[in-house]
Amino acid sequence: MTYGNPATPSSGTVRRSGVAGGPQTANLADILERVLDKGLVIAGDIRVNLLDIELLTIKLRLVIASLDTARQVGINWWESDPWLNAQAADRAVEKSRDQQELEDENRQLRSRIEALESGEGNGGTRGD
Amino acid sequence: MTESPCAWIYAIADEAAPVFTGGPIGVGGGAARPLSAAGLTAIVGSVAQSEFGEAALRQNLEDLDWLERTARAHHEVIETVAKERPVVPMRLATVYSSDEAAAAMLRKRADDLRQALTRITGRSEWGVKGHVAEPDDSAAGRQPETGDSASGPGAAYLRRRRAQLAARQDARQEAVVGAQAVHAELSRLSASARVYPPQSPEIAGSAGVMILNAAYLVADEWAEEFGATVTELAARHRALQLTLTGPWPAYSFVGQDGTEAAR
Repeated sequence: MTYGNPATPSSGTVRRSGVAGGPQTANLADILERVLDKGLVIAGDIRVNLLDIELLTIKLRLVIASLDTARQVGINWWESDPWLNAQAADRAVEKSRDQQELEDENRQLRSRIEALESGEGNGGTRGD
Repeated sequence: MTESPCAWIYAIADEAAPVFTGGPIGVGGGAARPLSAAGLTAIVGSVAQSEFGEAALRQNLEDLDWLERTARAHHEVIETVAKERPVVPMRLATVYSSDEAAAAMLRKRADDLRQALTRITGRSEWGVKGHVAEPDDSAAGRQPETGDSASGPGAAYLRRRRAQLAARQDARQEAVVGAQAVHAELSRLSASARVYPPQSPEIAGSAGVMILNAAYLVADEWAEEFGATVTELAARHRALQLTLTGPWPAYSFVGQDGTEAAR
């Protein structure tokens, strides 16, 4: 395996996003995720608590924003993270949101149609 | 206050680490260089206290532009060295007040570091992300409408809307099942695997809902097979848009959890 060779583009629906192709082509999120969340942690004697920073900026952007999406989809099966796990209870609520939305819209539209159709029936008399 | 430079550590390699000629340019514009102790070599760079000292660092890390520059520079050096030999990548902002302090850390942590090196030698990290391939709303809306002229355009709209939402729901369901299957299969080809929360679309710069964000530690001789399997899986799970990234230095497999993943 050589890092220098870009991964061969493959047919089908797999996207390849270059790492070997050069750092500029690697997605910023992928890099941040790795250099901030992973990598060996050894506290230098110049200490900055990355967790503070992470919570304020990165974690918020990388993780929390996507929790909503995750719940919309109705899964959080990467739930090894206990913090994410705690959100599981909300899941059912979120899951039914689409359905609720549809029902509300449905109800509103039905009454609107009724109003319009009955309005149409009276149209001749009202117009005069 | 004296302005002696600090030592920024990129990664740890074995003893025979390369002596850079000119060195890759790293964080803060300085060249990366080897620093050896205890039979190990740290890849370090000199950085200014004014930018990378404790207070400055804390402030700078909150600046997303600075963070991006620094993260890319850090990654670039690690990647350059990883082309040559196995390296244990360090988390961003591992900074020592001097070369001596960094060397002392190498001596103190030599056993851990050697273990981590062994774990990742001959292996690379591959990233696989899966997005829901959202169905085409208009396609769902174009379903045959049978005898609806009697029930009026309002009812027809409702039916179309219902079909759209149902199609979207089905697609997501299918994608979730697909993501689990993909992860199970790729894990079998890997020495170790990690699943992460999905990235938010804003920072990932991607459209659509991410439901799989995983990293796999794959033996280099299996890399081709791994890539081929991803392609195959993508063809089998159409509800999922898969993205393969890599090879990466083994960022995800040297951290604290990495010990348990050793195999």
